[in-house]
Amino acid sequence: MSASKLRQKKSAPAFESWGRYPRLPATLVPLYWMEEFPPADRPVASMLPVGMGRSYGDVCLLENGTLLHTTTLDRFIGFDPKTGLLRCEAGVTLAEILKFAVPLGWFLPVTPGTKFVTVGGAIANDIHGKNHHVAGTFGRHVPRFELVRSDGMRLECSPIQNSDWYAATIGGMGLTGLITWAEVQLRPIVSRKIVYHGTKFVGVDAFLELSQGAKNAEYSVAWIDCVAQGKNFARGIFMRGDHSPEPSILKPSRDPRLTLPVDLPSVLLNKYTVEAFNALYYRKQLGREKRALVDYEPFFYPLDSILHWNRLYGKDGLLQFQCVLPFEDGQQGILRILKAITSSGLASFLAVIKVFGDVPSPGMMSFPAPGITLALDFPVRRDVSFDLLERLAYITVEHHGKMYPAKDACMTALQFQSFYPQWREFAHYVDPAFSSSFWQRVSGVGAINLAAATSTAGLGNALV
Amino acid sequence: MYKPYKRPTGILVLGATSSIAMAFSRLLARPDTHFFLVARNPRKLNSVASDLLTRGAASVVVHAMDLDETPLHPAMLSEAAASLGNIDLALIAHGVLGIQEEAQAHYEAASAILTTNFLSPVSLVTWLANYFEGTRQGTLAVISSVAGDRGRKSNYLYGASKGGLNIFLNGVRNRIDRAGVQVLTIRPGFVATPMTAHLPQGPLFATPTAVAHGILRAMQTRRDIAYVPGFWAAIMFVIRAIPEAIFKNLDL
Ligand SMILES: Cc1cc2nc3c(=O)[nH]c(=O)nc-3n(C[C@H](O)[C@H](O)[C@H](O)COP(=O)(O)OP(=O)(O)OC[C@H]3O[C@@H](n4cnc5c(N)ncnc54)[C@H](O)[C@@H]3O)c2cc1C
Repeated sequence: MSASKLRQKKSAPAFESWGRYPRLPATLVPLYWMEEFPPADRPVASMLPVGMGRSYGDVCLLENGTLLHTTTLDRFIGFDPKTGLLRCEAGVTLAEILKFAVPLGWFLPVTPGTKFVTVGGAIANDIHGKNHHVAGTFGRHVPRFELVRSDGMRLECSPIQNSDWYAATIGGMGLTGLITWAEVQLRPIVSRKIVYHGTKFVGVDAFLELSQGAKNAEYSVAWIDCVAQGKNFARGIFMRGDHSPEPSILKPSRDPRLTLPVDLPSVLLNKYTVEAFNALYYRKQLGREKRALVDYEPFFYPLDSILHWNRLYGKDGLLQFQCVLPFEDGQQGILRILKAITSSGLASFLAVIKVFGDVPSPGMMSFPAPGITLALDFPVRRDVSFDLLERLAYITVEHHGKMYPAKDACMTALQFQSFYPQWREFAHYVDPAFSSSFWQRVSGVGAINLAAATSTAGLGNALV
Repeated sequence: MYKPYKRPTGILVLGATSSIAMAFSRLLARPDTHFFLVARNPRKLNSVASDLLTRGAASVVVHAMDLDETPLHPAMLSEAAASLGNIDLALIAHGVLGIQEEAQAHYEAASAILTTNFLSPVSLVTWLANYFEGTRQGTLAVISSVAGDRGRKSNYLYGASKGGLNIFLNGVRNRIDRAGVQVLTIRPGFVATPMTAHLPQGPLFATPTAVAHGILRAMQTRRDIAYVPGFWAAIMFVIRAIPEAIFKNLDL
């Protein structure tokens, strides 16, 4: 290696989130011990905690800053096998918790579509799962955690102790300080199995009806085909599940073996391949109804068995979009979004639709709210993807919905501030030494414009 | 002498707060395993202890001391033996990388590296080898390094301390293998730990967990010397084979 190349390597390397867009230079500093934060010797100007980097856009990135890598804070602190209360350091992953807890007859209270996220990341984005309609968000099951500020202040937070910091940190996107440890209230299980029930549907109406009927199911979610047109428009499979009440052996899971070792050329994922995939997926379930007893792994984490599946999208990466629209004409909004996708010629590979319930989130900035939520992904294509996402954000604004920062790489300051009007209050809790590229993008500008735009219609106009 | 692998239940870990030791201890935490953990920092020791207890270890006793203080070793080791009932496995995992520039400028800095990485393990192994020879069982596992295979200008004090350790362990093995004691020299390559956090991390870096699995496998298969991950055996074979006349001019 030549000297110049070596020197180049020494400058800050670029980091990317799960979406692989954007790529931003930063310095990575692993945290090995809770008590070693904040570092006594060298104060850092601008920093951000990062867990497994399973967010999609730039909530877990900080351009030219210091990323405090927390996955090395991975110790358990205590577990009460009678109550299922686990206390652990914030870098412990949900995968580690499952490996530990399932054999003892306990399960996560809420889980996202991948188990490779940290407890700290799950709190900071106040993540939701397929049981949102009954269990609410992850933060609801975190009775206590410690928050450490860059000035060294250590705050034990619970709904009654430092409750304002508790609320600001749950869903606080890593901006309020470092979460060092947390308690997670697990829920009991007697089996690894999930009693699964899949139902095919066509149309958003049919989906909502099925959701209504599945209110008592612990888990429910639907996959929706956003490519098919005509009489197949908005077809999908509604999936519901419950932990099996039949006791059986609770053996631990194995680690994934398959990994996608290279970036696939991004042309492989286009409208036609996605169309074919969706058609196949829809037909995979033969009859209209399917009942089965399945292991929890494929039910919750269908993609985790392939590590680095994000490479499927090529090295340009992918853009995620997730919104929630309130029930009131939310259905219309979903239809508009689906139509906007078809007319753009783009196709979303993994489109997921679910109804959020009214269990309140403890976080000041939490994303979930009662309504219909739709999650989509698109390959990064300079010409069309960004235009489409702008269009989808616009529809979200018009339907009084909001977008999910954990899955965003492009919402504007104006959009963010209209989705989360409480952001100003939240800003008081942001640690002066903490920031993220997301936060810089959405909080820096637009305050004056926002004041001028008094109605949502005005906002909409300002956006176009 | 060949003895089949028996899962250890009385485990002594010296340098218990090192990343490799922590990852390794976790693999052994079961309802019948008892730990005696030694390291300098009591708060860190307590974190490791509660982690192992939560993961199911039967008991964990912690002992905070600076392992550079070799005169204190016999008392600490007797305490460990008494506490564990029987030591089945002793893992020596403490060490420092040191700063080569300082060590080549000042003998005091060089001596500090040699004390921690060589003299301290020699003192521990002296006691432990006699203990194991007496009980005619057990595993004495010591973390050395691939750096001990050949001296390089960038870290030869560290390398010399580990190289000396390797030779010492060769001799101890030659002495007590016949008593049915496994003497395992572990030679990790680059591992992502606080010791190497300042280095740019390349594809040769392994996680402490991967290294811990490698150590466990080496114990189960009763190995004498284990490169972890295994590919380092091939790399070091080549490095050792380069004639000194050429090696001395290389920038490694
Ligand atoms: C396949 C897949 C499926 C997903 N499904 C869902 C889903 O169903 N529901 C859902 O809600 N999300 C989902 N997500 C998103 C994911 O759950 C969240 O982005 C989660 O927060 C990622 O956790 P992480 O440990 O990777 O954190 P990162 O992405 O590294 O960081 C997330 C945020 O947490 C902060 N943070 C991390 N650690 C700490 C700490 N110790 N203290 C303070 N702040 C911290 C970071 O600063 C950042 O703002 C999915 C993601 C993937 C890849």
